[in-house]
Amino acid sequence: MKRFLLAVLFFAVLIALWEWAFFAKIWSPVLLPAPQQVAEYLKTVVTDGTLFQATVITMRRLLIGYVIGLIGGLPLGLLTARWKVFHDTIGTLALGLQTLPSVCWVPLALLWFGQTEAAMLFVVVMGTLWSVVIATDTGVRHVPPIYRRAALTMGSKRLHIWLKVILPAALPFIVSGMKQGWAFAWRSLMAAEIFVTILTGFGLGQLLHYGRELSAMDQVIGIMLVIVVIGLLADKILFSPVERFLHRRWGTNP
Amino acid sequence: MRFGHKTGSVTEELALVSPSKLAIDKVSKSFRSRAGTVLALDRVSLNVAEAEFVCIVGASGCGKSTLLNIIAGLEKPDSGTVLADGKPVTAPGRERLVMFQEPALFPWLDVLGNVLFPLKLKPNLTKKDRRDVAKYYLELVELTRFERSNIHELSGGMKQRVALARALAPNPRVLLMDEPFAALDALTREQLYGDLQRIWKSRRKTIVFVTHNVREAVCLGDRVLLFSPHPGRVQEEFIIELPRPRDLNSVELATYASRITHALKSGAQSEAATAK
Repeated sequence: MKRFLLAVLFFAVLIALWEWAFFAKIWSPVLLPAPQQVAEYLKTVVTDGTLFQATVITMRRLLIGYVIGLIGGLPLGLLTARWKVFHDTIGTLALGLQTLPSVCWVPLALLWFGQTEAAMLFVVVMGTLWSVVIATDTGVRHVPPIYRRAALTMGSKRLHIWLKVILPAALPFIVSGMKQGWAFAWRSLMAAEIFVTILTGFGLGQLLHYGRELSAMDQVIGIMLVIVVIGLLADKILFSPVERFLHRRWGTNP
Repeated sequence: MRFGHKTGSVTEELALVSPSKLAIDKVSKSFRSRAGTVLALDRVSLNVAEAEFVCIVGASGCGKSTLLNIIAGLEKPDSGTVLADGKPVTAPGRERLVMFQEPALFPWLDVLGNVLFPLKLKPNLTKKDRRDVAKYYLELVELTRFERSNIHELSGGMKQRVALARALAPNPRVLLMDEPFAALDALTREQLYGDLQRIWKSRRKTIVFVTHNVREAVCLGDRVLLFSPHPGRVQEEFIIELPRPRDLNSVELATYASRITHALKSGAQSEAATAK
């Protein structure tokens, strides 16, 4: 409770500083709107449904791309961990492509897929996939060999060992890879939505883009706030419970 | 007999199985290392009777763990055979369960989950049967209170007791123990000697126990085999005729231990002499 109050106080101070900067007229009001103006904008887009619609479109792109990235990345990571051939080939490719900032996929996606949903999905998948492959590979390599030996003597065999021993043992690594993949996917999707105006749906990135076009700073800041909040919520809802479970079970520090 | 009732399957599962007879015949194994080929085991032969408790003592690197792994089926010998009840051992199996120096418990499962792990690999058991069997063994190692605990919350001794319960749970005929108490403090170890002897007596298992601790071997074994290194072979055999439960601090036990320690040292000296 005390921690919560402290956090509330912190953000209240931040907003007060913002308010003060506005009234002190350090920047032109066109460049820095008051918190009230941003709140007003958010109220309008919430009531007319624009914000909800844009959020749904963005989240749908993100989730579909992310799930595809996971479904592809996990088995690929297992392959690279299990067989040298795949490690030297797919593993090296993954390592190389993971260092590529996922925004860099946007121009290529645009040329390949045009102004389509496929371009969006492609960017998100590329953001997720390589992180998951590398994390799974690293996780499996870190599993102490004694677990395998113990499982073997208890009558566990190939597939059972992979599903019931290696995979759970690698879970802490895999989860942190999933988290990184999520962050990369989220960033690259925003970039893609800002660059690509497509007719199939108007996401949060596009709202941000049009805010800039119209020089509507209340819109720009408002949407940025929404993006931050979604990122925070995703972390708290999707990853925190899993991480808490892992820390409790493994006895690692949260 | 009533319909649909699986009565008796837990009692069946917990019933004593006949312990195995092991016949190890001229087993050799060598390893390649940077220093060249090392002969870890040189035509080692040894028989273990049903429900016998055999301890293998030797300096580290004498090949005693390798022999245990070969009996377990985790490693293959270069030559020679291992027979369990007349059948050759070719792969690991739950008839012969291993306890390692590290507990090797799975941190993603709680205590009960760990003991359930080998039971889930046994067909023809209902979910309830498995739980009952797991709980029976947790009670045997006196850890019922901790069945919901996470592994990292347990002390070293408790972890090895969970590992023992997990090894006993699928009702193996043989227990292979590779220095399971080496990393524990003296007090905990002494308590576990008592537990292990009590459980060995009530569950009737054939046990092969590898250690470098001579007093531990004398305290636990019906027979103590002294292993000499380079190449690993059985140097001497001692039959321990002491009543059980044995007191680790008794004079009789110490007498045996000093005899074996003496033999161990003279073996090391003669080896050093031949090396020169």
